[in-house]
Amino acid sequence: MGGISVSSPQIRRRNLTWLYFLLPSIVILLLFFIYPILLTFFYSFTNLALTGEAAKELKFVGLDNYTRMFQDPTVRISIWNTLVFLIGSAVIGQQVLGFLIALLMKHKNKTFRRVIGTVVLAGWVTPEIVCALCLYSFFGDEGTLNAIISFFGISPVTWLFTVPMLTVILANIWHGTAFSMLVFQAALDDVPSEIEEAAVVDGASRLQILFRITIPYIRETITTNAMLVTLQTLGVFGLIYAMTGGGPGTKTTTLPIFMYNQAFVNYQLGYGTAISLLLLLLGIVLSLFYIRSSKK
Amino acid sequence: MLAKRKWALMSSAVLLAVTVGCSSSGSSSAPLENGNDPAPSQSGGDKPSTEKKTITITYRDDGTGEKGTLYKWIKEVSEQYPNKNVEIKPTPIQASEGDYFAKIALALKSKDTAPDIVTEDTFMLNSDASAGFLEPLDDRLKGWEDWSNGSFIEAMKKGVTASDGKVYGVPYNTDSRGLWYNKEIFKKAGLPEEWQPKSWDEVLDAARTIKEKAGSDVVPIWMNLGKATGEATSMQTYEMLLYGTGERLYDEASKKWIVKSQGINDALGFIETITKEKLGPPLSKVLNGQAGNTATREYLPKGKLAISLDGSWITGNYLEGGAAPWPEYKDVLGFAPMPTSKGQDPGTITLAGGWALSIPSNAKNKDEAWDFIKFALNKENTQKLVMSSGNITVRADVAKDPEYTKMPFNAIATEYLKNAEFRPAQDKYPEVSTQIQSMVESVATGTSAADAANKYAQDVTRIVGQDHAIEK
Repeated sequence: MGGISVSSPQIRRRNLTWLYFLLPSIVILLLFFIYPILLTFFYSFTNLALTGEAAKELKFVGLDNYTRMFQDPTVRISIWNTLVFLIGSAVIGQQVLGFLIALLMKHKNKTFRRVIGTVVLAGWVTPEIVCALCLYSFFGDEGTLNAIISFFGISPVTWLFTVPMLTVILANIWHGTAFSMLVFQAALDDVPSEIEEAAVVDGASRLQILFRITIPYIRETITTNAMLVTLQTLGVFGLIYAMTGGGPGTKTTTLPIFMYNQAFVNYQLGYGTAISLLLLLLGIVLSLFYIRSSKK
Repeated sequence: MLAKRKWALMSSAVLLAVTVGCSSSGSSSAPLENGNDPAPSQSGGDKPSTEKKTITITYRDDGTGEKGTLYKWIKEVSEQYPNKNVEIKPTPIQASEGDYFAKIALALKSKDTAPDIVTEDTFMLNSDASAGFLEPLDDRLKGWEDWSNGSFIEAMKKGVTASDGKVYGVPYNTDSRGLWYNKEIFKKAGLPEEWQPKSWDEVLDAARTIKEKAGSDVVPIWMNLGKATGEATSMQTYEMLLYGTGERLYDEASKKWIVKSQGINDALGFIETITKEKLGPPLSKVLNGQAGNTATREYLPKGKLAISLDGSWITGNYLEGGAAPWPEYKDVLGFAPMPTSKGQDPGTITLAGGWALSIPSNAKNKDEAWDFIKFALNKENTQKLVMSSGNITVRADVAKDPEYTKMPFNAIATEYLKNAEFRPAQDKYPEVSTQIQSMVESVATGTSAADAANKYAQDVTRIVGQDHAIEK
């Protein structure tokens, strides 16, 4: 073979054709994706501020924002809160609950699946801020939950104040579980029923089938879903901000809330961008962890 | 196959992580969500005399829209404005008080979004002036008779003078702070209806008596204690206490921030006592952004609150057409001056704030804007504004006007201004103020005063720098 010379202009042109098609998207990606990230990276080494002396003159401050970050006890609290929120609402809450709902709905009749599915989906399609307001009024001092428990003679509890982290975790579970449910429904439908039937014939219990067959079979899906849900949850801002504002004190201050407060309440944009990079780092580390744990 | 899938997974992981980080960092660096309608003036500089110029005024709309006091006032004043070659256009920013400052900072940054006139809270004025966002007005003020002939109260000029000694705005209102109290509850508890506490202990004693005698549904004393109430927590609560101990936030002589002092401990001690003895409002009510309104519009008129450490403007809510009309307020409420901690000189203390009209450096029609400010803030128009908003005037001639003095509490609130203190005109103040709010909230939620004070010292030192911090 090899009759055509590699350097033939025709071939070379054909080799470059892909570039013409990709060029628009490459330009858009560079402009609106790569460039802002580089800019964020750059600003995290400056004293960029919204107002005050620093707003007049942009100065390069080296690692100041980063050293400040490591000395700031609120950063540690925020990282801890972020992890609690993440594990509580995403990894355990949405993931496990979503899986359970999907599992319990398998083999049930269509009407049942439709009704339950729609109910769960309602939380997901509700815009974040609407969801926050709904749950704020649910957990509020004169809210639905207190109305219900006082009907049974229990004295009202200031939920948003006494257990603020729990309320935002429950809110995020309510808001996001449908996504995991949908993913797991699709995955469970792919588990061949012959294998399960064969296991039943061999005398396996339902739990054995679940842990020995079903879960290993959809392991990849679990990892992917965990990663997606984790990364979605890492960036949650509006829900917490509207429900508790990160308070009381710093009890629900996650990294996005902390970043917002530094950037737009304290007007320290430079410091805020440094925190956003910490958040990015956290996302990458967690993603790599998931990938690691998925390979055997 | 497996390796390939792993790569796909890995790359998608990184991509996703980047997306999350990016979208969140976007919220910190992109000034996109600017509620302000930029409303650029269409007129170029070519034909200034023939084309009608648009002067935009940006102010904070608290959600009341066209029913808002400022909107109605701007409309009224611009109708009477003699120069018909300009059109005055309100371009409000609808935001909470805290967000407003961030949004105007973003708007002022660019020529495309800067209005011609902006309302500035005097505590942000210095910060925005240092950033180069505002135009110094000294040269223009020289030519304005009202400014130099004593029409403006001299002390009020301090509030609009930045640290560089230049004036960056014309004040239009001010306020004082003190102890509002419900005379009916006082009577029921056997306390004097004309109340004049001489020290903090007397304030606390009154609160204790009320807790004992007025029933469990009455809150003895309300102060803003949360981060969510922002500047109200710093100024109405903490600074009223701190300045009452004789201590200050900033040492003018050494030009350093005071990060540790007995005054700080005493001020926090007062808050700690209120918290420990449960003399204050329920935390779930006071730690959210609506706390100020809850106290003013709900608790006080309903007789559920005995003493409220708050600003002179709260009566604006009770006027006809206000947010919580309450005609009886003039008889039920009393307004006592806040005593110094032990009754030491000068005996009482208040902090004064207020708002000013400024011209942004990026404004397009500065001369026209200045001309309008002179008209809008003359005696007649200032008076209209302060009377409809419940604020105190900054003009000596308005302060003497019988129309103004016959409004309940106006004379007394103006009287308190004699000992008025201002917040430091330093560009770090807004940042220090958020540390104050964190400190106050942590004490209110159970952290010991000593721990909270230590954290404050660390945080403020980090913000202002070791060289600009001092311990007393």
